[in-house]
Amino acid sequence: MKAFAALYRRLDATTSTNRKVAAMADYFERTPAADAIWAISFLIGRRPRRVVPTRQLMAWAGARAEVPEWLFEASYDVVGDLAETITLLLPPPTRVSDRPLHVWVSRELLPLKDMALEARQQAILDAWDRMDVAQRFVWNKLITGGFRVGVSRRLVVRALARLSGIDAAVITHRLMGDWTPTADTYRRLLAADTTDADTSRPYPFFLASPLEQPPEALGSRDDWQVEWKWDGIRGQVIQRREQIFIWSRGEELVTDKYPELAAAAAALPDGTVLDGEILPWRNGRPLPFGALQRRIGRKSVGRKLLKEVPVAFLAYDLLECGGRDRRSDALAQRREAMARLLDRAADDRLVLSPTIDAPDWKTLATRHAESRRRGVEGFVLKRLSSPYGVGRRRGDWWKWKIDPLTVDAVLIYAQRGHGRRAGLYTDYTFAVRQGEGLVPFAKAYSGLSDAEIREVDRFIQRNTRERFGPVRAVRPELVFEIAFEGIRASTRHKSGVAVRFPRILRWRRDKTVAAADTLDALQALLTTPGHEPGS
Amino acid sequence: MKPLVQATPSGLFCPPGDFYIDPLRPVNRAVITHAHADHARAGSTSYLCAREGMALLQARLGPDARIETLAYGEKTTRQGVGLSLHPAGHIRGSAQVRIEHRGYVTVVSGDYKTAADPTCTPLDPQRCNTFISESTFGLPIFKWPAADSIMASIEDWWRENRDQGRTSILFAYALGKAQRILAGLDPDGGPILCHGAVARINRIYRGAGVHLPETIHVDDIQDKALWRSALVIAPPSADHPAWMRRFPQRSRAFASGWMRIRGHRRRRAVDRGFIISDHSDWEGLMATVAASGAESIGVTHGYRAEMVRWLQEQGYEAEALDTVDRTGDEER
Ligand SMILES: [Zn+2]
Ligand SMILES: [Zn+2]
Repeated sequence: MKAFAALYRRLDATTSTNRKVAAMADYFERTPAADAIWAISFLIGRRPRRVVPTRQLMAWAGARAEVPEWLFEASYDVVGDLAETITLLLPPPTRVSDRPLHVWVSRELLPLKDMALEARQQAILDAWDRMDVAQRFVWNKLITGGFRVGVSRRLVVRALARLSGIDAAVITHRLMGDWTPTADTYRRLLAADTTDADTSRPYPFFLASPLEQPPEALGSRDDWQVEWKWDGIRGQVIQRREQIFIWSRGEELVTDKYPELAAAAAALPDGTVLDGEILPWRNGRPLPFGALQRRIGRKSVGRKLLKEVPVAFLAYDLLECGGRDRRSDALAQRREAMARLLDRAADDRLVLSPTIDAPDWKTLATRHAESRRRGVEGFVLKRLSSPYGVGRRRGDWWKWKIDPLTVDAVLIYAQRGHGRRAGLYTDYTFAVRQGEGLVPFAKAYSGLSDAEIREVDRFIQRNTRERFGPVRAVRPELVFEIAFEGIRASTRHKSGVAVRFPRILRWRRDKTVAAADTLDALQALLTTPGHEPGS
Repeated sequence: MKPLVQATPSGLFCPPGDFYIDPLRPVNRAVITHAHADHARAGSTSYLCAREGMALLQARLGPDARIETLAYGEKTTRQGVGLSLHPAGHIRGSAQVRIEHRGYVTVVSGDYKTAADPTCTPLDPQRCNTFISESTFGLPIFKWPAADSIMASIEDWWRENRDQGRTSILFAYALGKAQRILAGLDPDGGPILCHGAVARINRIYRGAGVHLPETIHVDDIQDKALWRSALVIAPPSADHPAWMRRFPQRSRAFASGWMRIRGHRRRRAVDRGFIISDHSDWEGLMATVAASGAESIGVTHGYRAEMVRWLQEQGYEAEALDTVDRTGDEER
């Protein structure tokens, strides 16, 4: 595991993507297949679940380091990261070993979750004693379920492509879906013969980039297909050799969660792959996203839920037809073929995503204004002549989103952040006014510049009124404009509402607390068309 | 009995001897532990420091400052109070202040480290009744790796960069840290360049007979090809585009005890962080407190509250002394 820990350090130490790719290629070159495949698995974010509760781990580490709980907490507060705090506090190892990564994973890491608590404690203490600082840190990240390193799947693929000479798209394709990290998998991943395509495998998704200029800049309206931007779960429906697979973009196989879609897909001809959106759907209209959330959480669904939250698949694109990869065809051709296919399948659970007729950009802008009422997030613009690409390549697909909802809210609680901003107060809770008081309604982490974060951090340090563990209650003084994508009524929140994707739009230095928005104003947004009145 | 040394708004004060230690504001008589900016401030009427640190203090305060010196261990008296200075091992000329009055001894540590440093006299722990210790790194997460291994990793990093044609830029505090690193470098490793602020201090160290490898002032470089194989030592304040522009291919690193923490490394956005500090780590602090034999401990700087609580739990009488304005601390 030394080599993997060293790779982690190299990746962590640089922000240059070239150096990251070089470090990974270098590592894969020198690493046996059985280890490399686990490294890939971790690097692309297939991280194991937490196997020990945080409190427990802190207690074990504290006892081993002979550090009392309060001093552990004080150290954690300065370090800002649990895995690292433990790493730094533990006494030096007495018998450092260098077992291969796959041995660590299969013999030490994976068995942990089935052990009795006492055996688990013994195993972890024993592991700590055999690792140097770099290994311990990676190990702690793995057992706390927090393994994260600043590389994307795309960068991992790039490194593997550079090493093997195999096309990046092929590797991306092979990396998708469900696979077990074995030496054989690694060899198949880099096999020169690329006709393998596993029956279940989806294609990498093509993603739209945010439109940052007026749509007129895209040229002639006639070159573009315009669809609503649906607010559901992006997915692929696959029918190959009489088998149905439904994949979500998070690369989860979700076939069992949507039995009505699986049944509908059985009517598709063999060798078909559709790209589209899973939506809660009734009478030709989407239900609010909150409804779908009830289905996302379930492994299998009961009859009642199926009835209350029916779903449909809004088909965007045809990636495979008659077993042939159609991605290099022009969108216009793919769409035509898809329309015929869906027509023949004739199932109201498989819906051709409608395109918007409007002769010019100006008319389109008027239609765009209907988005919120329709419960969609705006438009997606696709170039009619474009192939189906990989990832977020700019130029052919754009998302033209509606402006978010916003309120001016007051910072009332803060907590230290992690990672790059460890040690600084970066996790905030915001409140709106109600009478003389303040009611918290959202947490937000992002949106400020580094300089602003440092300034807010200083404010928090100087204006703490109370501490609850790691959380500080601060003097309500700073006002921020908070944006969010949606809002629904919620009985679980004190404010009576739950907002989706809250983020800080900007710091309103010009506003005092008295000028912040009220709870009434926030709740009034509930009646905004397209949101969820009373659900 | 009244304490021999008290915390006042102007800094640590010894009432019977009528002098301040590292005063925060201008006073009549100042005893200075070392020449870092957060300890040596201009404006006082007279100064006393260790002879080893005289030139550095004069450079900090200007030619007009009135400075007296004592050799390490040499005794003097102030209004019947015994006063002597003893090596603190922090930077060149750094001293602990030993104060004796009617048989009671208080020692003020200033900044100190237990690790070896070829550029200054090593720490010489003093027995005393009250020990006033710093606590810049007063948490058990701070454990320093052996200096040799850090110097070796600095050289590895330099070598790797040189092979890639990149300038190695190492940020280190201009006074003390920079010279300690220089003294540990292999003089045949390639050209070593120094920022002006570092070069200025080097001159004083060399003048005192400290052996440092040959260095070149960055502005004196004619042959720009040299840059690709060079190690540049610069203060952290030089890390801005206007100064860095001249090194188009570069790797940046930072040498500090804070580099022990990943969040600090990442916030600096440097390619490498080398854990090398002129302060004591947790174990060094505890060992020095123990070696003092003192029953009463005062804690200044850094993690005061944490170190005080820990010492109390170990059976010491301990209190936090609010003395130092942390914003100017060289390690911060
Ligand atoms: Zn100092
Ligand atoms: Zn200091």
